[in-house]
Amino acid sequence: MSTRIVEVRAKVMKQNDLLARSLRQRFEAAGVCVVGLVSSPGSGKTALLEKLLSNLAHDLRVAALVGDLATENDAARLKRASPNVRQITTGTICHLDAQMIENALEGWQLDDLDLLFIENVGNLVCPSSYDLGEALRFVLLSATEGEDKPLKYPTIFNSSDVAIITKMDMAEPADFDVAAARRNIESVRPGMRIFEVSSKTGQGMQPLFQHLRDQLAHSRESRLAVQTDETP
Amino acid sequence: MHELSIVLSILAEIGDESEARALHGIEVVHLKVGVFSGVDRAALRFAWELACQDTPLEHAQLDIETVPLTIHCAVCREDRQPPSLYQLCCPVCGAPSATIVTGRELEVVSLEVAA
Repeated sequence: MSTRIVEVRAKVMKQNDLLARSLRQRFEAAGVCVVGLVSSPGSGKTALLEKLLSNLAHDLRVAALVGDLATENDAARLKRASPNVRQITTGTICHLDAQMIENALEGWQLDDLDLLFIENVGNLVCPSSYDLGEALRFVLLSATEGEDKPLKYPTIFNSSDVAIITKMDMAEPADFDVAAARRNIESVRPGMRIFEVSSKTGQGMQPLFQHLRDQLAHSRESRLAVQTDETP
Repeated sequence: MHELSIVLSILAEIGDESEARALHGIEVVHLKVGVFSGVDRAALRFAWELACQDTPLEHAQLDIETVPLTIHCAVCREDRQPPSLYQLCCPVCGAPSATIVTGRELEVVSLEVAA
């Protein structure tokens, strides 16, 4: 039996990508800088987020969405640092998608926010396929995981904008080779900005706070430029 | 493993196309999957068979074209395949490059239907 070919040429992630694009436009219009956090389970996303929220909340309006398969533990923990925290429990799904973000934002006034963090489910594989509409993606690598993680998971490291090496207070006891880790990150994403921090001791946190403030200022400037361009 | 979610998106796309163009008897589904798309071929096939059981696509074949990773080398001004997925540099001059040209694809290219 003969067959005929029907051209489709459709992106599989089309639905998610379209929704992510509309979220990104909403975030930009509201002037909120959205930062996604990805890492393997136990790399210290929540501990880092606690520090980010409590420091930045001094002068900025901050919020966070935190994804986990189960429990509301992370949100409960983060609410001590900022009241604007919502948990997304995904059930058996190993990643967040744009629809989950849109649903979780319901009722929030984005205009009232400066920075919104989205903590993904701990997973270095699946989240790389899903655009959440974030402006920046931070990938975390903890000193206790080993320096070759970037080589094993090149896709997620490559799709991120900034790499953060966490648990630096554990680098020495764990025989973590920082220079090798930096080389490996550079190998999968040439030119990537790298921070070395410890949420426990506070080591290296100041440059990261400053980077976020700079990114926010930068996104506000480009927003103003767009508005000026549009003025007749 | 998120390949089941990916397969469900593929099936939704095929469903839309079948309805819009009144297609019946899909025999082959042609996909393009980049090596840097974050999707594993074997897991995708496994999820495909699982999701298509007892549906009109149960006997449809899945044809996957693998798209290699290509980067643009600004020094050579050429698109080239890096030495590996974890060494994003030019295989000729060694210059690092973060400019990905191909490898992230995840597309339903075409369907083969009974004529």
